[in-house]
Amino acid sequence: MTSLDVNGKQVTVDVEKDMPLLWVLRDELGLTGTKYGCGVAACGACTVLIDGQPVRSCVIPASSLGGKKITTIEALSADGKTHPVQKAWVQLQVPQCGYCQSGMIMAAAALLDRNKQPTDADINAAMTNLCRCGTYARVREAIQVAARSI
Amino acid sequence: MTIGLMKNSLENTSRRDFLVKSAATSGALAIGFTLPGLANGAPAPDYGSEVTHWVVIQPDDTVVIRIARSELGQGSFTGLAQLVAEELQCDWSKVQPVYADVNMHIKRNRIFKSMSTGGSRSIRDSQEYIRKAGAAARQMLVAAAARDWGVPAAECRAQDSVISHASGKRTTYGKVAAAASTMEIPTDIALKSPGEWKIAGTSPARFDIPAKTNGSQIYASDVRLPGMLFASVTRSPVFGAKLNSYDESKAMAMRGVKQVVADEDWVAVVADNWWRANKALLAMPIEWDKSEHDYVSSESIMQFLRTGIDADDVPVAREDGDVGAAFANAAKVLEAEYHSGFLNHATMEPQNATALYTDDRLEVWCGTQNGETTAAAASETSGMPLENVIVHKMHAGGGFGRRVFHQDYTKQAVKIAMAMPGTPVRLQWSREEDMRQGRYRPISLVKLRGALDKDGNWTGWHVRQADQSIILTVRPSMIKDGIDPINTRCFRDNPYAVPAFLNEYALRNPHVPPGFCRAVAHTNNPFYRECFIDELAHAAGKDPYQFRRPFLQGTMDLPLLDAVAEAIGWGTPAAAGVHRGIAVVDSYGSFTAAAVELSVENGKEIDVKRVVIAIDPGHVVHPDAVKAQMEGGVIWGLSFIMNEEITIENGRVAQGNFTDYPVLKLAHTPQIETIIMPSGGFWGGVGEPPIGAVIPAIGNALFEATGERVRSMPLNKLGYSYKS
Repeated sequence: MTSLDVNGKQVTVDVEKDMPLLWVLRDELGLTGTKYGCGVAACGACTVLIDGQPVRSCVIPASSLGGKKITTIEALSADGKTHPVQKAWVQLQVPQCGYCQSGMIMAAAALLDRNKQPTDADINAAMTNLCRCGTYARVREAIQVAARSI
Repeated sequence: MTIGLMKNSLENTSRRDFLVKSAATSGALAIGFTLPGLANGAPAPDYGSEVTHWVVIQPDDTVVIRIARSELGQGSFTGLAQLVAEELQCDWSKVQPVYADVNMHIKRNRIFKSMSTGGSRSIRDSQEYIRKAGAAARQMLVAAAARDWGVPAAECRAQDSVISHASGKRTTYGKVAAAASTMEIPTDIALKSPGEWKIAGTSPARFDIPAKTNGSQIYASDVRLPGMLFASVTRSPVFGAKLNSYDESKAMAMRGVKQVVADEDWVAVVADNWWRANKALLAMPIEWDKSEHDYVSSESIMQFLRTGIDADDVPVAREDGDVGAAFANAAKVLEAEYHSGFLNHATMEPQNATALYTDDRLEVWCGTQNGETTAAAASETSGMPLENVIVHKMHAGGGFGRRVFHQDYTKQAVKIAMAMPGTPVRLQWSREEDMRQGRYRPISLVKLRGALDKDGNWTGWHVRQADQSIILTVRPSMIKDGIDPINTRCFRDNPYAVPAFLNEYALRNPHVPPGFCRAVAHTNNPFYRECFIDELAHAAGKDPYQFRRPFLQGTMDLPLLDAVAEAIGWGTPAAAGVHRGIAVVDSYGSFTAAAVELSVENGKEIDVKRVVIAIDPGHVVHPDAVKAQMEGGVIWGLSFIMNEEITIENGRVAQGNFTDYPVLKLAHTPQIETIIMPSGGFWGGVGEPPIGAVIPAIGNALFEATGERVRSMPLNKLGYSYKS
């Protein structure tokens, strides 16, 4: 049995030692906001926060995360809309298909948590998530808008 | 298609009667549960008074607008609703778009016309009939109020969901909708001119966005049903090869595995968790039959295309003037070959579908670009009569053409579900499966020749294309006299008034399955055409922008070319080390042009600094959504020309994930400047047109910077990269 702190709640799951966190979240706990995109940490659609750091959950075994705080998109803000990044995303109408955006938003939130005034170069370096619709220009602008509001 | 068989079983049923019946038999409620998360940011339930089949009004004045096309992030849920609401003159804050029910569509004799979401057609193809539906509904609501009040309808006014009369009488749409729904739908309807629009032509917040910022949007991948199992599949890696044998014993012994399902060319494992299903699939020994395609490679396919370039005689798509004389009399003749390989859609959400099969009913949950095609595929695969197939359309995590015709994932999900009646099964392709079982943008090889007279005037050109036809594989009747009408676009219908022009087309289809991929032939033909014209301009000693202009006089392309030239500062010096390129393309009913500025460092590192992209789509319904499509189109263009290629080795796709099929990242996103210049008078598409001109504009700027003419994509094969 693996005990996890997910979005402030203690949960216990009976899964293999090598099951990545992504599949515990999606298929064991029903937290489907975190997406499967590649399975090899290449796209970032599965990004969650672990002790505040952005982590690609498709490659990290859940069994390694005992005692750590796991935050998914569902708990970024209590009401699902008041985190500065979420507000900026709506204000600038960032998402298109939206499938990558959970991971994109978690990566952006983590960036702003450690860097209140990111430069374009900081954003380029931190935001390596893939978006196939091509929302990057708005992602960059929305991060700046969110930074100004914090 | 079996759709045609479904004639009018309910044609004579009243609309209200139908609603009662459909509420009882269709939708997830019928099997006793609701989907998680649908309460948050999801459309209203489709109940109330059906005024027209597009407009349902609830007693609390909520206006449910049915959307037949799919929301792929291009904004169709909002833009199509705007067009209906504009004519309905309802309160926009009361509008809730909802998917038009596929089963209702089929049972009511295809009442929503087309459900296809491709070819940049959602707005332009349906704008007239959905605006008329909104106007008809308004007339009916007004007539119902007027009848109630005993006054002429012409004396009543309707605005923001309120109907009023000079006598002081006042009511709302919600109060008269039930009465209106019993009236005949008028057919003699006048539409507003776009100049009168108040809702259309503005940019209200898109309906689909809030749920996409907090994880509550339920994609097909996120469907969770009671007792649901998860499946992972692998299909023959050599396209067309059959399954020879497999040993399920090891997989069946693995934790969570419930069943192995096989078909003639695929094997799937079903388990209680997708990771377990996929792990067991990867552990399963599978043998595929040998195939005549086992030794096909990208190189051998290119040699096959070359037979089209070298052939003595190939079909002629267009011929103007005397090409032979133009070349015989030319002072200078230029000849060049261009080529590019296969591309994959690589939607961020890998293909997937959920199916639940019982004796008398088949339900499918799917992100699809055409719900009707999904229903037909499910029906044909299962033998279940079409009227007993329920398709739940989910917003798709990217489409780009992958989710229109093929429905291969739907067919597999249905077959797996049929092996486990009563158990819902969600088939999820791995990224590797998605990369290796694509329906790829075709490979192509083009030879271009151009004639210049002694004054550097362009007097003739000859284009011979050899490429793979998509339409041959899905609608072969569209091939006439050997000509693919889609793949010849950009040449056959080019706007340049050159005195002599010959476009020949050699259809050469290898075994790799082709598919429509966002912008289709306009992902490659503009690169060939516009870069070759640039070559001609340089050979003539002329400025590439000025060289084009005389041949575009009087066309609708020219204002776009002029607009991007002005915006980029063409004719004025660029900053030191910065070089410009320009191109113009019309496609999908719209006119576009692009101009770029870039610099090149260390010989091969390209720093794209600015992309100016202009579009004239005739009319614009949601300017910000158009802008978003242009921004996305620029990213596609930059990604295609630099990064992307699917290659074939030993009959199969060599790539497997984003690690070896890299798509553009944020760090390589330039400054994008959009120019939206609708000229009215026509309705053009928006989703695909912005891609075409970007690609040759980059190629042309690269020549200015380096003196090297690139004639193939992707550029990373030539040693180039974007500066990090």
